[in-house]
Amino acid sequence: MKNIPISALIGLILTALYFLMALLAPLIAPYGMAEVVGDVWEPSSSKFWLGTDNIGRDLLSRMIYGGRTTIFIATAATILSFVTGSVLAFFAAVMGGWVDQVLSRFVDLIMSIPTLIFALVVLSVMPVTIPILIVVMGLLDSTRVYRLARAVAVDISVMDYVEAARLRGEKIGWIIFREILPNALSPLIAEMGLRFIFAVLFVSTLSFLGLGVQPPEADWGGIVKENKEGIVYGIPAALLPAVAIATLAISVNLVADWVLNRTTSLKGGRG
Amino acid sequence: MHPVVKLVAQRLVLSTLLLLAASVLIFAGTTILPGDVAQSILGQSATPESLANLREELGMNDPAVTRYFNWLFAALQGDLGTALTNGRDIAESVGQRLSNTLFLAFWAAIISVPLAILLGLVAVRYKDRWPDKLISAVTLASISIPEFLIGYLLMFFLAVQLGWFPSIAMINDDMGLLQKLQSIALPVMVLTLVVLAHMMRMTRAAILNVMQSAYVETAELKGLSGFQVIYRHAFPNAIAPIVNVVMINLAYLVVGVVVIEVVFVYPGMGQYLVDHVSKRDVPVVQACGLIFAAVYIFLNMIADIVSILANPRLRHPK
Amino acid sequence: MSDPLLKVRDLKIGATVYPPGEKPHDIEIVHGVSFDLAPGKVLGLIGESGAGKSTIGLASMAYGRGGVKITGGEVWVNGRDILKSPLKDIRNLRGAEVTYVSQSAAASFNPAKKIMDQVVEAAVEQKKFGRKEAEERARTLFSKLGLPDPNNIGERYPHQVSGGQLQRCMTALALCPEPDLVVFDEPTTALDVTTQIDVLMAIKEAIRDTGVAALYITHDLAVVAQVSDDIMVLRMGDMVEYGHTDQIINHPKEDYTKALVSVRSIEHEEKQPTPEPVLSVQNITARYKGLNFDVLKNVTVDLHPGQTLAVVGESGSGKSTLARVITGLLPPSDGQIDFAGRTLSRDLAGRTREDLRELQMIYQMADVAMNPRQTVGTIIGRPLEFYFNIRGSEKRKRIIELLDEIELGEKFIDRYPAELSGGQKQRVCIARSLAAKPKMIICDEVTSALDPLVADGILKLLLDLQKIEDVAYLFITHDLATVRAISDSIAVMYQGKVQRYGSKSEVLSPPFDDYTDLLLSSVPEMKLGWLEEVVAHRKMESAGN
Repeated sequence: MKNIPISALIGLILTALYFLMALLAPLIAPYGMAEVVGDVWEPSSSKFWLGTDNIGRDLLSRMIYGGRTTIFIATAATILSFVTGSVLAFFAAVMGGWVDQVLSRFVDLIMSIPTLIFALVVLSVMPVTIPILIVVMGLLDSTRVYRLARAVAVDISVMDYVEAARLRGEKIGWIIFREILPNALSPLIAEMGLRFIFAVLFVSTLSFLGLGVQPPEADWGGIVKENKEGIVYGIPAALLPAVAIATLAISVNLVADWVLNRTTSLKGGRG
Repeated sequence: MHPVVKLVAQRLVLSTLLLLAASVLIFAGTTILPGDVAQSILGQSATPESLANLREELGMNDPAVTRYFNWLFAALQGDLGTALTNGRDIAESVGQRLSNTLFLAFWAAIISVPLAILLGLVAVRYKDRWPDKLISAVTLASISIPEFLIGYLLMFFLAVQLGWFPSIAMINDDMGLLQKLQSIALPVMVLTLVVLAHMMRMTRAAILNVMQSAYVETAELKGLSGFQVIYRHAFPNAIAPIVNVVMINLAYLVVGVVVIEVVFVYPGMGQYLVDHVSKRDVPVVQACGLIFAAVYIFLNMIADIVSILANPRLRHPK
Repeated sequence: MSDPLLKVRDLKIGATVYPPGEKPHDIEIVHGVSFDLAPGKVLGLIGESGAGKSTIGLASMAYGRGGVKITGGEVWVNGRDILKSPLKDIRNLRGAEVTYVSQSAAASFNPAKKIMDQVVEAAVEQKKFGRKEAEERARTLFSKLGLPDPNNIGERYPHQVSGGQLQRCMTALALCPEPDLVVFDEPTTALDVTTQIDVLMAIKEAIRDTGVAALYITHDLAVVAQVSDDIMVLRMGDMVEYGHTDQIINHPKEDYTKALVSVRSIEHEEKQPTPEPVLSVQNITARYKGLNFDVLKNVTVDLHPGQTLAVVGESGSGKSTLARVITGLLPPSDGQIDFAGRTLSRDLAGRTREDLRELQMIYQMADVAMNPRQTVGTIIGRPLEFYFNIRGSEKRKRIIELLDEIELGEKFIDRYPAELSGGQKQRVCIARSLAAKPKMIICDEVTSALDPLVADGILKLLLDLQKIEDVAYLFITHDLATVRAISDSIAVMYQGKVQRYGSKSEVLSPPFDDYTDLLLSSVPEMKLGWLEEVVAHRKMESAGN
């Protein structure tokens, strides 16, 4: 693991820290998530490192728990979108014909409506719970994974070495897992980072609009919403969770960038 | 028929079909999914009779297909129905808000498009040197930052701390243009920042693509000056990809507007949509969803048509 | 000798390379080359890929492509060192005194502008001619270069004319400003052989009539022998040999030049047909989905065991489609294929493992014919595992035997394709097909992407292996020199039909049909004056008709 550029190293460390924080939230948070422990919008002090929020809860504790929720939802949605998107894409690419046509046109249709608007429309009639958020986000985002994975798979499946495997008489499993997948992996992994960032931003935006995680549960977007009135009075409490979102997203982006650059220069990498 | 006319006509038909399909999707999304509008409106404590009455009133006992066509034909005639929450005509409420949103988006576009193209050119001119690297670093950061953070940061520093701009963007018909512009200065700035990075990066890629082509080399080997090469040979070929980039980003801007309007409490479509999603006011959500989808599909269609019109192979068939 | 028009002294050119996984660094790609070019003379620059010939050509316009930089030496044009001139003077030189013809006219013309606008642009911009005068000149050149409808062709857009025509338009573009020197950079390489000869003649006559000097860059010694007065042989950025065309072609001094001159002179004794062909293609007709015409029309050919059938034709002749039909990738709409005494299923799914094993294929582009994520050992070992269930140490032993057979050896077993040169990659592909112990191998343009000397090595290897393994080759190619070198029988294909078919000696001996005659006579021969002979011969024939 030598030769990691400094930017990727920072990204890697920050990402790891955020994930650790999410896993260990109950152990490291100084107060309970919904526990009112002080006055409204107290400034930062030795008691409350980041001050208190709009109803006097410890902001640091709330952000630690909030990060846990945000990261959990984003991770689950990313996994869902990846599994759905890439399985369907490989299926479409290998089957071709009408299966490919139907799937691809349906994805085109979903993508003709902006994702946020579509999510808002669906969430207007569905009860907003965490599982439903994950499913809606994951499925909407799987369209993008589908597009990329299908393009990559189609690119590879017309390569002469795949044709050579077909002419050898290899089974479809060998062709997908031994010939296509190893070559499709690096763009897909880099894309996974980008999809995760998108999921973090998406769930934060929904919560910020009041249509994501519902109080008293908290996530970073929701904490911004709770404290946004303070901005006008010069109280920066709403900025902190927003900064947390941004740093997490940038960290993952740096890692994804590095993965993409590194894998293309691997032994046997294409190009 | 000239192939360009044919292709443009195809695009128009395709976009219309796409919009129609989108309307089905929006209607289905709000009807077939296992939520109950009546229940949502009346809450958990509603009696079965009041629920049944409301369902009857909303026409929810008709088959879904009938309701869809009723809704669609009404919408085509400009009748978007009435809001459940306050019983007001949706088309009326939407009219003013749509024009407010377009006003905001228009000014954001006016500033961001030339700026993005200019900075894209700078990035190409200084490729792999510090201006280019700075631009790509800023791009990386700005696609990672949520829109509302940019909004609150600017609001916090420029409006609250420095007091240069109002922190809330109120506009109404009594205001003059200058007053309105001052009022929307902050949201316009945020929207500009939000789309600028994407637009700049895509413009850079589009121009680089053209500058690396063999005919630009031919032009250089003719002894033309840098300006002549760009003006005569690169520009005519770069215009289509750039317009494409601009349109795609304007479509993106239309979505970005939703969040920004909420941040600045701006009386536009986005604010209206979000309010009524929380209130589970399905007819309003359907109407707004349809309008946003239409704008989005329209802009993407323009992008496609421009690429068709700018393609010399299609304009001058064999 | 008069004062040289172009005088190059100790020219050094560098480039920045970006090797994967390493920091970008600078390397030298041309190491001090010197030559003179007198007014009105033609100098041929010849070499394999990486020889630095195009880079030297562009240096005569003080231009470096991509990350290429001229790092040392002098380039004198018309008595001044252009490497020391300010950019403004260099611009005045480009397009006026020195002009350029590229390999791909299709990419070098701006798709958004009319041909005429682009042809006269340099002449008008450099104030050599007024717009009217320049257009008049362009029309004269169009006519001189044999373009159809010379008065109106300039009003068309680049995509509205054919590749060969566009290459001539590019030549007109270069000649229009009445330059002193034209740099021709592989101007006929992208063209089919029958088109190449016309463009070549047009260029040669235009050079003669206008009295312009030229640098003619190509990898094909036979082509450059037709047009140049002097030839410089380059290799890896160094000059190998420099002399009169006659001396280089007929009395080369350096070993490398000798090898280039004698390339494709492999002798191969034609074998007699056997009673029982291994492959018998009978009345095959095929078309691709979505096309409304047949790509193959009633094709019938036989291939005998241990022999080579060359299928030769230009692009669009259907020769590669024939390979796809035989392998089962494209089921024919009509006809039958017998292989090793049995009738093959029309599509791939219906073939037995034995059918697949005995009929192997080698591709043109070796880089994309091997999975970049597998080592050479895995690539060659897979058929052993798959067809014979050979595993472990026995597999490794067999892989090493195969590596020895293709003259690479054991040390290559753990390498990835990206670590191999073009010729080595193609050898690994050959080993992979041999691993299956096939009765027949389809070779689809297997040497087209390789430099001539490397290609020669591959052909020799294939012939040696044929003797050892007793395997038959169906050899698809557009290159008649290759055909002569290796085939026992030949099928000439034209527009989806077999135009001429028989043993090598029959097909290559007169009387010829028109197309075969055209094809055979279009292949450049390594002798001086060949181009004039052919053109004179053709003129006589058409006068006779």
